[in-house]
Amino acid sequence: MNRIDRRFAALKAAGRTGLIPFVTAGDPWPEHVVALMHALVESGADVIELGVPFSDPMADGPVIQHASERALDKGVGIGDVLDWVAAFRQRDSDTPVVLMGYLNPIEIHGYARFAAEAVRAGVDGVLVVDCPLEESAVLAPLRESGLRQILLAAPTTAPERLSMLCDAAEGFLYYVSFAGITGAARLSTTDIAARVADVRAQAKAPVAVGFGVRDAASAKAIAGFADAVVIGSALVERLEGAASAEEIAGRVALFLRPVREALDAH
Amino acid sequence: MPEIRDFHAFPDVHGRFGQFGGSYVAETLMAPLAELTEAYLRLRQDPAFIAELDRDLTHYVGRPSPVYFAERLTRHVGGARILLKREDLNHTGAHKINNTVGQALVARHMGKTRIIAETGAGQHGVASATVAARLGLKCVVYMGATDIERQKINVYRMKLLGAEVVPVTSGSKTLKDALNEAMRDWVTNVADTFYIIGTVAGPHPYPLMVRDFNAIVGREARAQMLEQYGRLPDVLTACVGGGSNAIGLFHAFLNDRDVRIVGAEAAGEGIATGHHAASLAAGRPGVLHGNRTYVLCDDNGQITETHSVSAGLDYPGVGPEHAFLKDAGRAEYVGVTDDEALEAFHLLARTEGILAALESSHAVAQAIKLAREYPSDGIVLCNLSGRGDKDVHTIAAREGVQV
Repeated sequence: MNRIDRRFAALKAAGRTGLIPFVTAGDPWPEHVVALMHALVESGADVIELGVPFSDPMADGPVIQHASERALDKGVGIGDVLDWVAAFRQRDSDTPVVLMGYLNPIEIHGYARFAAEAVRAGVDGVLVVDCPLEESAVLAPLRESGLRQILLAAPTTAPERLSMLCDAAEGFLYYVSFAGITGAARLSTTDIAARVADVRAQAKAPVAVGFGVRDAASAKAIAGFADAVVIGSALVERLEGAASAEEIAGRVALFLRPVREALDAH
Repeated sequence: MPEIRDFHAFPDVHGRFGQFGGSYVAETLMAPLAELTEAYLRLRQDPAFIAELDRDLTHYVGRPSPVYFAERLTRHVGGARILLKREDLNHTGAHKINNTVGQALVARHMGKTRIIAETGAGQHGVASATVAARLGLKCVVYMGATDIERQKINVYRMKLLGAEVVPVTSGSKTLKDALNEAMRDWVTNVADTFYIIGTVAGPHPYPLMVRDFNAIVGREARAQMLEQYGRLPDVLTACVGGGSNAIGLFHAFLNDRDVRIVGAEAAGEGIATGHHAASLAAGRPGVLHGNRTYVLCDDNGQITETHSVSAGLDYPGVGPEHAFLKDAGRAEYVGVTDDEALEAFHLLARTEGILAALESSHAVAQAIKLAREYPSDGIVLCNLSGRGDKDVHTIAAREGVQV
């Protein structure tokens, strides 16, 4: 059984809302990525979303875009990201890892090669931001090797398309809580609640809600109606400039633990 | 690739030109793109819309543009006749207006009140600001900070036309980064905003729509050739950055198999130096800005920074239809260096009294090379896509002249 499926089954059994932090691989420091991943787990992460840096992150806001640029400036490539996941797996064989990024790095690496290396490293799922379902025939080698293709749905998604996405969903369905780039600040929870309830009723996989979740309060508001909450930009922002593994772990704990507690108190 | 019978049958309903094109975008863009596709596919069949567009092209843009026999240039080169399709004579000075007039009409039909655009050299930004002013639409233009520096005149022109120019400081601070930023704006403000993409790239339906609006260039040229010369040219050439003026000229001729087609990409300081923008000649298939096409990237799939003396060709991707034509063997794509383009610029100025845009000077340089390959009764038809007034400062600076 894929780790993502196992984790969501366990969350459901325990009646808990999942916490999915996103960090950009290689930011703030390539040498501390593995320590950062462990710190996320220690602060309550249920699934880790690891961003694969890309030169042209069209769907990301300034925070993740700059994190991507910083990582690229330090020479981070897709091979490094896979190596870090493999190193993380030496101490953690349970926490699911989803790579989030754009298609071109995978295409250039080679789909079959990437699939084999990702599975070997211990990756569980892939969210390719610029590869909608209609274009995802190219990702067949990834799905065939057992990686879950995480799909996105948005408030703007038309009803017929939404049911198509809900049918095809595997691992979890990532619902972006408003039409915008990552890290922007608009969020009407009542509006999201109704839409997510609709998506959850249809989806063949758990539903994680993200984009615009900034702190314990906004996470808690979502916890009531989502299977999991994704936190990205707000976390990446807090990690900027952290100089050592200890400082990174400290900042992660300071930010993520209140979120974890808020979700569990729900 | 199987033999292509009808090149006008592309793209398919998914916006694919063979393996190229498509819609590689985030989920949040799927609905706006579907809305645009639906509206555009309806409008392109609508006689009233077509008549409206034709009126604007005639009375506002100033079409048709002439096909001009560059006789002294031809004599100087000593080969086939060089004919110039004079898109530089359009309102605003380039082919870009063909597209923005069309897209602005689509925007108005869709009830959008705000126009956004990305621009490299500034020509598309000016053309967008122009049509926005004319239709009374708000206009925001994203432009790389580097390009703003080297195209000050066009920045000021956009401001005079009432547009807001937003400098983009991410990445390489050029056209590709401006495109990323415009996409972000569109995702966030899609309810009232229409994104006018300036070239035949981006997700479906843009490569189709921008090509349709520029295809007037080739349709006119083909008719002008038959009328004035009683035959089609031996070879066509045009410069290729994103490729909108080139596909505009080429499209009407794609099924005329005897007409050779050559695209001129920016070879910058030479392809071997790595400082160039020749995606087709030196790149590989990949995915950028919403479509599968040839891109310039490293082995990690990161898009690489490009170089060209002309900002309008300084782009690491290319329209998917060009990628398709290359792989189908229907068109050839070759590199023209900065130096060759500048030499052609001066030669055209001195022999014909025409200051060509630096982008178009790449096509002129290629036309000169091609003319030498054909006998004197041969015909090379070159798209002179824009005028060079905007480049005068760049050329002066490069040649150490104070103006």
